[in-house]
Amino acid sequence: MLRLEKRPQPSREWTALSPLLAVALTMLVGGILFAILGANPFEAIRTIFWDPIFSEQFSGFTRPQLLVKAGPLILIAIGLSIGFKAGIWNIGAEGQYIMGAICGAGAGLAFYPSDSVLIFPLMLIAGALGGWAWAMIPAILKTKLGTNEILVSLMLVYVAETILASVASGLLRNPDGMGFPGSRNFKEWDAAFNSELITGTGMHWGVVAAFIAVIAAYVLMSRHIQGFNIRLTGEAPRAARFAGVNPTRIVILCLGISGALAGMAGMFEATGPAGQVSIDFNAGYGFTAIIVAFLGRLNPIGILLAGLLMALTYIGGELAQLMLGLPGAAIQLFQGMLLFFLLATDVFTNYRLRLTKKEAV
Amino acid sequence: MDLSSISPVLLVASIMVSATPILFAAIGELVVEKSGVLNLGVEGMMITGAVVGFAVAVNTESPLVGFVAAAVAGAVLSLAFGFLTQHLLSNQVATGLGLTLAGLGLSALIGKPYEGMKSPTLPKLDLGPLSDIPGVGKMVFSHDIMVYVSILLVAAVWAFLKFTRGGLILRAVGESHDSAHALGYKVVRVRMIAILFGGACAGLGGAYLSLVRVPQWTEGMTAGAGWIALAIVVFASWRPWRILIGAYLFGGVTVLQLNLQAAGAKVPVALLSASPYLITILVLVIISARGAHGAPASLGRVFHASN
Repeated sequence: MLRLEKRPQPSREWTALSPLLAVALTMLVGGILFAILGANPFEAIRTIFWDPIFSEQFSGFTRPQLLVKAGPLILIAIGLSIGFKAGIWNIGAEGQYIMGAICGAGAGLAFYPSDSVLIFPLMLIAGALGGWAWAMIPAILKTKLGTNEILVSLMLVYVAETILASVASGLLRNPDGMGFPGSRNFKEWDAAFNSELITGTGMHWGVVAAFIAVIAAYVLMSRHIQGFNIRLTGEAPRAARFAGVNPTRIVILCLGISGALAGMAGMFEATGPAGQVSIDFNAGYGFTAIIVAFLGRLNPIGILLAGLLMALTYIGGELAQLMLGLPGAAIQLFQGMLLFFLLATDVFTNYRLRLTKKEAV
Repeated sequence: MDLSSISPVLLVASIMVSATPILFAAIGELVVEKSGVLNLGVEGMMITGAVVGFAVAVNTESPLVGFVAAAVAGAVLSLAFGFLTQHLLSNQVATGLGLTLAGLGLSALIGKPYEGMKSPTLPKLDLGPLSDIPGVGKMVFSHDIMVYVSILLVAAVWAFLKFTRGGLILRAVGESHDSAHALGYKVVRVRMIAILFGGACAGLGGAYLSLVRVPQWTEGMTAGAGWIALAIVVFASWRPWRILIGAYLFGGVTVLQLNLQAAGAKVPVALLSASPYLITILVLVIISARGAHGAPASLGRVFHASN
């Protein structure tokens, strides 16, 4: 009979191995899914994972998209991972992302058509503050009143979406847009446009910020006392309290960081790849980033790789939609499955399988 | 603004209809949480139930078969959650989130061909003399069968938890899984049954949304109803009858804000549309400020029978 036995220490090999196994399993089951949908599974997998980077026909267009899509995912996931480490579940990053975009774009548009070099930094700060403030709502409610941050942060996503719909057709609407909803297009306003820094790479300021966030998170979590406190709070809350860690401060810190990073990501997206604040400019990055954070083992370097992989499935998914007629939702399911398989294979990180003889009870 | 255009009889009737999906999902989740498991995948199971129920009802032209299929679909999804959390001992929060994300994708995939279609809907029950009572008859006694099923379900769950041996075991498992295990109860098996029940209820709630409340299939149509159901369990302090109150309260808010929008109230539309979510937050705040009591002691903890 098979039995699970708890490992004294989480296995290092399995920590690294289980994401790979999960990807392999997802490809396998995904392939079956694609076959059911009437596509050649090998062709579908190749279109999703190989063609965006290596195909001669598409890669010129799709390769830069890799960084464009990975940037916000990594930026948001880094923030989320810090909170998840401490057992603080901010699942409303999508809302913070939207509020960051609204605040960032709004701060810039207030000075239209100024061409000062200070415009973009101002928008960046406003975006980060917008996301931060939106995350402070669950943070303060949790620390002052003990309200569950999962439900509050999630509810605030829907509130943010109604605010977005309202400002896109009201406050921030392009006055020269003939009444169509959506803000001014930032592509036509150089001082505020988050442009591609190196032509043909997809590298924009958001991607730079994502790389900086990876390094900063690595330093914070492995070299800084606050990082240690965060991990301690997650692994042994009681021990953390005895060691003098202030749980209130940890909640404020974790939600604040993740909110600010999500807000920045939203601002970079609205002023760059999306180009404007419109009713549906948000593409669900805030939710996909949760998968990225787990797939990356809540580790900054892991998140960097996971973000690139997840970006690949986005681009590959679009390509598969175009070339093979696979429905877009198939990719969403594919990504959800990835998280599921990861959580399933994770059992081997903390437990070991043992064969035992059936005992007489 | 013209408030007289809102008829109180129709208002109460539509509150009952709009509360029913949340009521199904919340009473299911209550049982799951009573057994000590936190399943955050309610939204995912609900929307899968909505699409499967709709698709089956359209193809068989029988809404009741649709409801059964939706319950099965919800239960199958919850089986995946149960296997991961109970047998592979994964983190319940993360797994529940994964279930929601996967469910949203799955439902969009299944539902694509059904967008814009109309489904057969449930007939209104004729309760004889009860339905003929002026006012009250139209308000309370002329709904479709599922409205009454949902209320009966609340009563059944209440009676099961309070009066039966099975209910006692379920509560014991939720309060202290180690003690229950020591007494010889099968913790994992009890929890799996609870999880399956919760999944089936969430599926029914979703199907009510797509077959009666709306009745149509649109992508992402649950719009957070599953999460509101989770909040209602907290609001109800894990007591069945309070689930009923909570669900009807939220049904009321939803219907009222729609009516106010239609009547052209001088309140920003954005504020009205956001009001169900804002009120959910407000209620959570009030409950937690009071010190939320009644949460099962083992809620969300991983059980591993190590010897």
